[in-house]
Amino acid sequence: MASALRARLRRSKFVPDEFVPIRRLLAPCIAPRVLRDLLKFITGQHTSMQKILIIGATSAIAEATARLYARRGDTLYLVARNEERLAGIANDLAIRGAHKVETAAFDILEHERHRALLERAAETMDGIDVILVAHGILPDQAACEKDPERMRDAFEVNALGTMSLLTLVANVLEAQGSGTLAVIGSVAGDRGRKSNYVYGASKAALHTFLQGLRNRLAGQGIKVITIKPGFVDTPMTAAFEKGPLWAAPETIAAGIVNAIENGRDVVYLPWFWRLIMLVVGTIPEPLFKRLSL
Amino acid sequence: MRLAGWGRYPSSEVRVTAIRTRDDLARTLRQANGPCIARGMGRSYGDSSLAPHVIDLRRHDHFLNFDSDRGTIRCGAGATLAALLDIVVPRGWFLPVTPGTGFVSVGGAIASDVHGKNHHRDGSFADFVESLLLMMPNGELVTCSSEENAELFHAAAGGMGLSGIIVDAVLKLRRIRSSFVDERIVKTSDLHDTLACLDEHGEATYVVAWLDANKRGAARGRALVMIGEHAQDDDFEVHRKPHARIPFDLPSMCLNSLVMRLFNALYYERIRTRMTTRRTHYEPYFYPLDRLRDWNRLYGRAGLLQHQSVVPRTSAREAIEELLSCVATSGLGSPLSVLKALGEGNQNYLSFPRAGYTLTMDFKRSDTALALMGRLDDIVLAHGGRMYLAKDACMSESTFKRSYPAWEVFQTVRERHGALGRFSSLQAQRLGL
Repeated sequence: MASALRARLRRSKFVPDEFVPIRRLLAPCIAPRVLRDLLKFITGQHTSMQKILIIGATSAIAEATARLYARRGDTLYLVARNEERLAGIANDLAIRGAHKVETAAFDILEHERHRALLERAAETMDGIDVILVAHGILPDQAACEKDPERMRDAFEVNALGTMSLLTLVANVLEAQGSGTLAVIGSVAGDRGRKSNYVYGASKAALHTFLQGLRNRLAGQGIKVITIKPGFVDTPMTAAFEKGPLWAAPETIAAGIVNAIENGRDVVYLPWFWRLIMLVVGTIPEPLFKRLSL
Repeated sequence: MRLAGWGRYPSSEVRVTAIRTRDDLARTLRQANGPCIARGMGRSYGDSSLAPHVIDLRRHDHFLNFDSDRGTIRCGAGATLAALLDIVVPRGWFLPVTPGTGFVSVGGAIASDVHGKNHHRDGSFADFVESLLLMMPNGELVTCSSEENAELFHAAAGGMGLSGIIVDAVLKLRRIRSSFVDERIVKTSDLHDTLACLDEHGEATYVVAWLDANKRGAARGRALVMIGEHAQDDDFEVHRKPHARIPFDLPSMCLNSLVMRLFNALYYERIRTRMTTRRTHYEPYFYPLDRLRDWNRLYGRAGLLQHQSVVPRTSAREAIEELLSCVATSGLGSPLSVLKALGEGNQNYLSFPRAGYTLTMDFKRSDTALALMGRLDDIVLAHGGRMYLAKDACMSESTFKRSYPAWEVFQTVRERHGALGRFSSLQAQRLGL
């Protein structure tokens, strides 16, 4: 009887709709992770294809993550500014095994187009399981100190633009009643340092925004994950001397997929950054202000 | 930043430009004022991928096309062989030639014209390159193959990145019926036995001998000869065991002669009978060391030197005897040594393989080891052999020019295409290229 039901559910293309009421009902009493696994088990979804929207898909970390999903045969919807590079990445992901890859050009600063973009993505894929927000810039700190315009630009892209998009994303997921939102922040957002406090402050704003969003959506089966990578060897950081603390985008990508799968809240990648930032966070300000970190 | 090859010697202070697209590359080349060299995974051992200006192509690794009917794949030069196999193996295709690690880029494999355990039968990597897209110093793109712009093709394949930057390549693949390999291991008792065994199995697809180079006396040259054929069982599993990583540089005294002798003796003695057969997945079969990421750190901060030479068949036995005894008298040990037969070479100007036997030995880098490399080079040269440029970190200019007679033609072709002086590595400067 149970297996027949399971088989029937597995055959039906996409089941969550029927489960939204159950999920809502059970959410307060069962840990979301357990509930999700339970629902996945019943529906057989643990093996099924996922629908993934990636914002800022040309970033090194986003691309490495997309490759992991492609290999599993998932459906991807990629958006970024550079259409030409997006097309190359989409073609590559299809060869790597993605079920389907769609792309759309997008600029984080064109707020008025965000709504249409999200609608189109949800419509094209028939729902969204995972949204990964990975766009961002690393502003030149020295330039930001001289020119307030540069400082504002960094905030427009990393903080305001992202938060504006996330406002719409949250509503889409809320209406859908399911999904995971993962956003790439940075360890730099945990404490302001003279070497990159503009970047850090923009990420800190994002972190706090995500905390609130997580709180708001927690009861509805929607997960909000803050990803905080440490030093990553990407074109964005090409100019930096690399040391033992540096990680490859592929390592970060594996951590992101893992965090999404396990529904974590705040993830430091690689894990040891949680310890580093714990220590950095405990240094008293009178001492910290004299340090050169 | 400070950069080195896989052997971690020598290292050099370099400027790195990471490129992702052809436009990036063209722009970088137009703006470059000094000599530059392309670099992929940095798996050549010495200074082949070092120059004052290094162009990092690791992120130019997109697959452009995979024709699973014809068995051809087109990809950016930065794509690794491991990533390529992940795509093609489940569809019943394999690389016709693969070196001992999957963590090399396609561009690097072509520029070094790498070979594998099947060279005696199938040839080297560049023999299966259908066509190449090269970028010249002025940013111009040139397609070349053994038919089209053949001269440039033969200068680029095996040309150590000195004739143009490999942007994309179209590779021909080989049909397989399984992702597993049927392996036979023959235990040989001395060098004579080992060479005879390599010849006896000359018809097999994959043949390689792991040599106990630390054994002295009558049993010198004893080996495990590993013979492999692709299985036929329609099992295309792409399984992967988790990788271990060497997290730090081992104190360099850890790899002493006692440890090496013990490891080699145990490795040899783990096979009890003359002939053993087993079925192995392609990953552990072709890439046993890939399980251990950053294994070069086992050699400590000093790094390692690898000596790979080829000697012609006629005097192979004497040459290898001489090489082994030269190592023995130096008091240094080689933790890992490999011997295999090579088939005829190809037309590429600087490709390493030629008919004979190739011996590979690893040494922990020290002044003694560097001096030993020179003596080994002399022995190889005296027997009419040569050293592999992808492994080289210290060969002299005269040794190189005597053993690679086509170097002058290579230079002419480079000059004709404006590559001379624009693409250069520390190795090229050392070798007078």
